[in-house]
Amino acid sequence: MNWFTRVRNSLPFGTKKDTPDNLWAKCPQCSEMLFTREYEDNMSICPRCDHHGRLSADARLAQVMDGGFTLLEELDVKEDPLKFRDSKKYTDRIKAARAKSPHKDAFQVASGSIAGHPAVVGVQDFTFMGGSMGMAVGTAFCQGAERALSRKCAYIVFTAAGGARMQEGILSLMQMPKATVMTRRLKEAGLPFIVVLTDPTTGGVTASYAMLGDIHVAEPGALIGFAGQRVIQDTIGEQLPEGFQRAEYLHKHGMVDMVVHRHKLRDTLATLLEYLAPRKAA
Amino acid sequence: MISFLEFEKPVAELEKRIAELRAAAGDDEVDISSELKRLEQKSADLLASTYAALTPWQKTQVARHPGRPHFRDFVEYGFDEFVPLGGDRLYGDDEAIMGGFARLGGRRVMLIGHEKGHDTESRIRHNFGMGKPEGYRKAIRLMNLAGRFGLPVVTLVDTSGAFPGVEAEERGQAEAIARSTEACLALPVPMVATIVGEGGSGGAVALASAERVLMLEHAVYSVITPEGCASILWRTAEKAPDAAEAMKVTAQHLLKLGVIDRIVKEPVGGAHRDPKAAAKTLAGAIGEELDKLQGLSENELRRRREERFLQIGA
Repeated sequence: MNWFTRVRNSLPFGTKKDTPDNLWAKCPQCSEMLFTREYEDNMSICPRCDHHGRLSADARLAQVMDGGFTLLEELDVKEDPLKFRDSKKYTDRIKAARAKSPHKDAFQVASGSIAGHPAVVGVQDFTFMGGSMGMAVGTAFCQGAERALSRKCAYIVFTAAGGARMQEGILSLMQMPKATVMTRRLKEAGLPFIVVLTDPTTGGVTASYAMLGDIHVAEPGALIGFAGQRVIQDTIGEQLPEGFQRAEYLHKHGMVDMVVHRHKLRDTLATLLEYLAPRKAA
Repeated sequence: MISFLEFEKPVAELEKRIAELRAAAGDDEVDISSELKRLEQKSADLLASTYAALTPWQKTQVARHPGRPHFRDFVEYGFDEFVPLGGDRLYGDDEAIMGGFARLGGRRVMLIGHEKGHDTESRIRHNFGMGKPEGYRKAIRLMNLAGRFGLPVVTLVDTSGAFPGVEAEERGQAEAIARSTEACLALPVPMVATIVGEGGSGGAVALASAERVLMLEHAVYSVITPEGCASILWRTAEKAPDAAEAMKVTAQHLLKLGVIDRIVKEPVGGAHRDPKAAAKTLAGAIGEELDKLQGLSENELRRRREERFLQIGA
């Protein structure tokens, strides 16, 4: 699969059924019919309503990093130790997800630079089982942190996940403290950890590394929260406030430093990296 | 008065018969003591065999039993002194998460845990043990305090999960939980956590990222409630028993998976049958664990804590 096909297939809308050859895509927000290639040239942002579409890990890395970065090999983790089965076996679900992805799981790590500033970039891929955090995601997060520690450079993580991967039960929950061990090590080594919250970032991912950054950047309109909206609605039994759990709402409530348009994201990261150059010899 | 769970019905019937016989024995000349003895033995055997073979879903119900001892009961029966401390110094005090200085045998510790409450009024006051950001931030404050004054940290985890509400989200529920987990990992003093009832998701892990993690025999610990898991994966909460089974939520499973270190026995028939005994056994176990950690350096304590989590999945 080439890069173009991969990015195209990872778009969350414009399925083959209603748009043969994926020439056209429909904006999920304003329903505008978009020429897929133009949409991708616009970083998967709707030219009409500015809706920021979801990106695959590969598309994201290509957008923010300088050319010539290295994609780290995905480490193997124990597969399905709980022998989990709901209506389908977990192993079958993983197989199906892998068949549709160029990768083995939902978190990719690249080592390279952004506008010349050395950086390790981790990207959580919502298109792979909802970006859910299991052992593979936790391990990849840690692998990225390790690489940043050895390169003595910044670690930037793009989060996107429905939450923990339920099929790994408690072992997915344990990825929260596991990732936190590494964010602490980065801090102790005097290295910057920057989080870019993308649509959607919820559950155990938000309640661990996504909220432990030195700087929190969010993409416009991204859903970011701890509890799911349906759960909250069931608890309080009333309508949720306008814009609840959106990036702008979190900004207003002090949880993110800035909401940045995708067109300006790479430049913003470069600026942040200038201010957060590692000082301490690790 | 014990409230019986569905699967305890046969035991309940036996106990009812025993009570009736006892009442009758008072005004009857017929000697029924041997019959009474036989029934009591039968009832005790049935209770023991029922509890020896609980399914994960049944354990979930035991862990949520209305009569199960909670934080305040453990404090009353298991600890010698408790000096509650309140507030996060940022917003307010959250009674879903309690904390303060405590004495356990001869040891002085910082005790922190969820409290669910035992009747309608107290359940509302303690928000059913569902912590809000201010609760987790109080825990962080108390952990930092404990670290500065060399007090070991003991936590009692008992929550279905952190509170899912608008105001909790506005005040940064996710950030508070993440920072609380971080505070656990940063402690320069020993930390022993025990899942005493429900260990629900991030709201539990925020107080359980310790180097020694214990679980009461019939407690459960999971990434999401069985109902939540079932409604997402099976599309109906009615499949909760299947979800509990699939997620391996019991202490016995989690010990095998290396997620917890020790199971603390409960009185036969569950901690709710004898909260006092349950609390004493737990206090003894925590004391033993603290003694084992005594004298270890800050770095060694942190190293052990980090290792236990880093090895999961590796």
